[in-house]
Amino acid sequence: MELEKLRHGTELIKRGFAKMQKGGVIMDVVNAEQAKIAEEAGAVAVMALQAVPADIRKEGGVARMADPKIVSEIIDAVTIPVMGKARIGHFVEAEILEALGVDMVDESEVLTPADHKYHIDKTEFTVPFVCGARNLGEALRRINEGAAMIRTKGEAGTGDVSEAVKHMKQIMGEVRALKGMTKEELIAVAREIEAPIELVLETAEMQRIPVVNFAAGGVATPADAALMMRMGADGVFVGSGIFKSENPEKMAKAIVEAVNNYDNPKVLAEVSKGIGSGMKGISVDSIPESDILQTRGW
Amino acid sequence: MKLGVIAIQGDVSEHVEALENALKQRGEKGEVVTIKHKGIVPECDALVLPGGESTTLGKLLIREGIADEIREMNAAGKPIMGTCAGLILLATAGDEQVAKTHQHLLGLMDTKVNRNAFGRQRDSFEYELELPFLETPYNAVFIRAPGIVEAGEDVKVLAKIDDMIVAAEQENVLALAFHPELTEDLRVHQYFLDKLF
Repeated sequence: MELEKLRHGTELIKRGFAKMQKGGVIMDVVNAEQAKIAEEAGAVAVMALQAVPADIRKEGGVARMADPKIVSEIIDAVTIPVMGKARIGHFVEAEILEALGVDMVDESEVLTPADHKYHIDKTEFTVPFVCGARNLGEALRRINEGAAMIRTKGEAGTGDVSEAVKHMKQIMGEVRALKGMTKEELIAVAREIEAPIELVLETAEMQRIPVVNFAAGGVATPADAALMMRMGADGVFVGSGIFKSENPEKMAKAIVEAVNNYDNPKVLAEVSKGIGSGMKGISVDSIPESDILQTRGW
Repeated sequence: MKLGVIAIQGDVSEHVEALENALKQRGEKGEVVTIKHKGIVPECDALVLPGGESTTLGKLLIREGIADEIREMNAAGKPIMGTCAGLILLATAGDEQVAKTHQHLLGLMDTKVNRNAFGRQRDSFEYELELPFLETPYNAVFIRAPGIVEAGEDVKVLAKIDDMIVAAEQENVLALAFHPELTEDLRVHQYFLDKLF
């Protein structure tokens, strides 16, 4: 094999990886044992992190990339892809995660931002990135920086799905609004939402954002996961919702089945039976503004 | 003609689009349907197992009761194509990784597969691949790609990278380690449809 003829880290490869995750559930895990439970339940990938968002929220302080030892142990424990979270703007944490062999980096507002002005230049990496977004402008800015996948931010670690719903409806609504617009109108929109013109034109033509779009941030039950799929999510990230529930094995499997049967209430009723209580959670309305995670990044 | 794409998880819409475009290109009428539950596979004239996560796909094919329907379809000699995760599911045997996850295999092709033969995502690549049924190379996209490490004598090897088999067929079954659905080039889907028309 002539090695120089292998082209690595192209946009097609990065966005293609995200496409393979479609219709799946990506679960937050903090150790190898949890990763195995997630894999056995049918997760398409796991997100390796130091603490699930609910605990990050509770503990306060500065939240950083997970201990590389834990990330390596998780990588060795499962065959499905492993993702890792880096702080916004912390390109060295991202490089470390890439060196460890993670399959996708999440430049995440759940961790404490390392740069209050710039996100990571994701085009410089071989490994693909996923980033959070609350609206179309934010999603397209991240794609312009090289993100191969978008997820709604929601409000992580709450078990309150309302913000994920809000962000998904916002993005879907903004995409729909582009339909039928003239080129000059689209250019005006691009200026208004502070997004590159080419990406706005592409979104208008495709009638979807140009990369895979998952839901995240507050998904805690099979019904929550199905709700996000019904709104047009390509798949679902579940953070604290699984390992903060009463019975993680059952909850994990039920959420996978809910995503596969999101349009069938009878099956959803069956899979939701006897899975124990979901994470206790905290309603977004009761969180002081300074503790809100979704406003990190822009 | 009814063409089915298993739609449990993975890049389903890309295969649907490629098949629809391929039908249009050859001027044939046909319907492309997505399959999430049992009962639809028996109505199909050809079937595609898309890329995705094979561990997840295998589990859900069994849970949904689709696996046996696919085996019956194969016994009837209808064309079946598996790409990437699909190549794994078609195999009769797997490596340690496959065994570790209690991977469910359909066993339609006499092959032994290596689940992540080409490494992790950072090792994923594009490569101009020579295929015996095409006059010019095909830009093949390999994503955390598997490979076939052993093939029985009924299996026709179509392409290799080093010692790893990346494209093979056994009568009605076509297995590819790469993703023809991710590019605009329809030649591989056309080769598959040649088995039908």
